[in-house]
Amino acid sequence: MQVILKFISLIGLLLTVVPSFLVFSGAIELSFHKTLMFIGTVLWFGTAPFWMNKKEQPES
Amino acid sequence: MKKTLAKQLDSINEYEREPIPQSKLKGMKSFIGMYAGEHIAGTEFVIGPLFVVHGVSAIDLFAGLLIGNLLAVLSWALLCAPIAVKARLTLYYQLEKICGKYLVSGYNIVNALMFCFLAGSMIAVAATAVGIPFDIAMPGLDDLYPSSIGWVVTVLFVGSVITAVAILGYEQISRFANVCAPWMILIFVAAAFAVMPQLGITSISSFWEVAQTKIWTGVPVEGYTKFTFWHVMFFAWFANMAMHIGMGDLSILRYAKKWYHGFASSTGMFIGHVMAWVSSGILCAAAGGEVPPGPIAYASAGIAGAMCVMIAGWTTANPTIYRAGLAIQSIMPSVKRWKVTLIVGLVTTIAAFFPALVMQLLGFVALYGLVLMPMGAIIFIDFWVMPKLGMVSNYASVSKTNFNVAAGLTWLVTLVICLSLNFFQDVDIFFLGLPGWFVASALYIVLSKLYQRKSIVTEQRIKAAVKA
Repeated sequence: MQVILKFISLIGLLLTVVPSFLVFSGAIELSFHKTLMFIGTVLWFGTAPFWMNKKEQPES
Repeated sequence: MKKTLAKQLDSINEYEREPIPQSKLKGMKSFIGMYAGEHIAGTEFVIGPLFVVHGVSAIDLFAGLLIGNLLAVLSWALLCAPIAVKARLTLYYQLEKICGKYLVSGYNIVNALMFCFLAGSMIAVAATAVGIPFDIAMPGLDDLYPSSIGWVVTVLFVGSVITAVAILGYEQISRFANVCAPWMILIFVAAAFAVMPQLGITSISSFWEVAQTKIWTGVPVEGYTKFTFWHVMFFAWFANMAMHIGMGDLSILRYAKKWYHGFASSTGMFIGHVMAWVSSGILCAAAGGEVPPGPIAYASAGIAGAMCVMIAGWTTANPTIYRAGLAIQSIMPSVKRWKVTLIVGLVTTIAAFFPALVMQLLGFVALYGLVLMPMGAIIFIDFWVMPKLGMVSNYASVSKTNFNVAAGLTWLVTLVICLSLNFFQDVDIFFLGLPGWFVASALYIVLSKLYQRKSIVTEQRIKAAVKA
């Protein structure tokens, strides 16, 4: 389950950053980039809290 | 219900008056994450644009940021961290041992006020994003006072939510901040890349030319002073002066296993400050020189951008309010922390009504570091130099005095000298931290030599000899 969540989180981060490079290279419009970025944000916050911080134990 | 909640809030033990036990020490990784997250604050969205407004040239910006942030990392690693891992005490307790209860109370009040103003600027930054869907009129570059009722209501709402969260769930918000950190870094990078074509940057090779002619042009906005390499370098070095040279991060780095964990601050400085200030400068130029962070992030990254500004303001205002609460609580240990945090949150929210806090942020940040710096110099000299000169460290604790006059005078005289240079000689506040540190160090040595009683010094020497 954790692997799937991490994978979706990664997709979320990629959707957050990659569209901006496509705008930079002229492949997509700024408005589409904003939509993709929002979807990426939803994916990240919808999955990352369930696996990040889980391993946090006081180190000895 | 009320009783249970109060009990829960009272039970937090942060080792405020004892060294951190070995079992609680943390590795490098914890500090890398913490510094990376903490230095991508809402205020980064303001600092980058203010460099643009002050007419920094492109070469001055990049050279100043690289050297200044490197010096900041070295200050954390070589000045603050070694003392933190040897003493393993909070800044406040360390200072109390050196300065005595009364003097440290004065310091804590000043410190808490500074934290309140800093958190206030973060709340104001978050409010610029929250106000977007309601079409709230944002304060302009020259606004010093609240610009509209809508602005006041928005700030009040954001401040109330942040204060409530700071009281109820500090632990949760710090976990949430960890989740936000990688996403926020990417939002900064992505937003800047997305607006580059608007400025005429269509390839990596065209970046430098456009950067020089359209972003960091070297020409300040009318009415603003021109910033040079030295302004940028000293600002970058001293933006967190209260934390490294001022020793504020003793409280954080006391958890470090080794002194070199202080180098973890490089993530905050280079990913946080350098990248975020450059990116937000690009966003400001693309938005035609606008400064309010919410609208410029929304224009470049849509809802995600506005969320980033809001979250960046929120997640960094929370620990700042918490720190201010700690500072006040150390003066009044009997008052519960959640009550203190409530009052601190109220003061912070009122401060956030005033846009001057955001628009004059560079000057305020420099002043904040300068005011707290002399105490950092006192701790440094007290810890490393005093024993070598045959004087007593932690003099207030050893002599059981509540006010170390040498430390008090050092603080006061250093500030009077530095601020006089600023007011009467027009020396820019950014340039006063470095000479100020040497003035404070020299003063503390000389004044301690005059102030420390011979009987106590001799007694301590005998004790040290017996131990050896």
